[in-house]
Amino acid sequence: MPEAQSCPVTGAAEPLPEYPLPRAAECPLAPAPAAQQLRAEKPITKVRIWNGGTPWLVTRHADQRALLPDPRVSDDDLDPGFPYVNAHRAEIAPMTPRLITNTDAPEHTRLRRTVNGPFVVKRIAKMRAPIQKIVDDLIDQMLAGPKPADLLKAFALPVPSLVIAQLLGVPYEDHDFFQRSSSLVLDGSAAPEEARRVSGELAAYLDNLLRRKTADPDEDVLSEMAGRVQAGEMAHAEAVSMGVAMLIAGHETTATMISLGTLALFQHPDQLALLRETDDPKLIANAVDEVLRYLSIVQTGVRRVAKDDIEIGDVVIRKGDGIIFDLHAANWDPEVFPEAERLDLTRPARTHQAFGYGPHQCLGQNLARLELQVVYGTLYRRVPTLRPAAAIEDLEFDHTGTTYGVHSLPVTW
Amino acid sequence: MRVELDVPKCVASGQCVMAAPDVFDQRDDDGVAILLQEHPGEELLDDVREAVAVCPAAAIRLVER
Ligand code: HEM
Ligand code: SF4
Repeated sequence: MPEAQSCPVTGAAEPLPEYPLPRAAECPLAPAPAAQQLRAEKPITKVRIWNGGTPWLVTRHADQRALLPDPRVSDDDLDPGFPYVNAHRAEIAPMTPRLITNTDAPEHTRLRRTVNGPFVVKRIAKMRAPIQKIVDDLIDQMLAGPKPADLLKAFALPVPSLVIAQLLGVPYEDHDFFQRSSSLVLDGSAAPEEARRVSGELAAYLDNLLRRKTADPDEDVLSEMAGRVQAGEMAHAEAVSMGVAMLIAGHETTATMISLGTLALFQHPDQLALLRETDDPKLIANAVDEVLRYLSIVQTGVRRVAKDDIEIGDVVIRKGDGIIFDLHAANWDPEVFPEAERLDLTRPARTHQAFGYGPHQCLGQNLARLELQVVYGTLYRRVPTLRPAAAIEDLEFDHTGTTYGVHSLPVTW
Repeated sequence: MRVELDVPKCVASGQCVMAAPDVFDQRDDDGVAILLQEHPGEELLDDVREAVAVCPAAAIRLVER
């Protein structure tokens, strides 16, 4: 009927919010204002993404905790309803082998248990002394160099790459190569071609190292995986991809928590003073979780698809619907974190979801926490005059990467 | 107080060990949780509560008495 076309149904004209939602320029460390508003008014609501898809956006802490461990909420990125982060991710999904990052229980449980050994809390705790040495040496080098310095390049990126080198079992004489190549691939400064070449070199390097560890095992993750390959529990190629995945997943994220975390502390001098003056491991550990909560750097949201109808609150998520969990919005949910906009290193912060929640919660979280505890507990005490060498307005933020960070952080002391 | 651990649900994250090391441990090879004591003393109540709150798999239950 022709008239019907010119008479829009009430409400249908209201456009869906476009996700990701933009941050406010004047509050670069806070979640997008619209995400906070949705959490208060429409905590589970549809949004529109880059490919025209209309997944649900879940913003409340409690709803994320209810849904993320639910077996109907799936990480299967071959499902046509899966809300891909971008075109590149959509393109590579069918070519990606099944890994912990795209499977559900029971497959996910099996895969994850084969790689989890090195991340067991007691084993990670043994890395404290080697991490302390890495951090101390890098601070020495930075202090001996020119100032102002870029904290990201001089300190924040090398820490996780040297720690992962140690965890994997990269011999000391190769640390330089490993650190230079992984930074080049990850800091975004290289041209795409160059980045591709260097990441190929890194994979080839790990492939070769895995062979050497098979013949001559040591006490490290690659040797352990080599053992599993020999026992037939894992394919050689799987072990190499796992090594590369640990490097990629743990490098930029941890580096960002060091650089952006330092920026957040610069913005809160009273909180920075707490860290500068303490050696209480409990306060330092809590500070790490609070900064994780406050910044919630994984800005693309956790992506899932419904494998069945799910009733929650007053909505029904249909089988095949995509679901996005905005971690920053949940971590600023005033029902769980009163005055969430305050960075308060002494508040109970442990139930934040900066590492996600449910079976896919970050594999490297215990390692990341330890690295950050050593960094936050050392850097500001050893360099008490550490301060910004650029105004926050002049910093360039990365709004499109998986993690929200700064391209550089000029500091002086 | 009585604590229940649902082992098949456990995703081996170790968060319970960080929160309540006197009540939970992890298997060395794959990190699956081990319940060290089913009836911890009252002085461990806060630790156990935190373990329940941080477990990403909702695999721990506190049966209070
Ligand atoms: C502060 C630093 C880090 C942050 C904020 C972070 C954040 C996250 C988040 C939010 C997820 C969940 C993704 C999802 O549910 O789909 C995740 C998963 C993962 N992370 Fe991290 N991460 C960090 C450090 C690390 C480190 C150091 C490693 C390894 C050495 C690592 C390895 C992984 C892996 C392998 C997964 C996939 C787990 C799975 O799907 O089962 N991450 N991370
Ligand atoms: S916190 Fe939960 S999932 Fe993690 S090891 Fe303990 S019981 Fe398992």
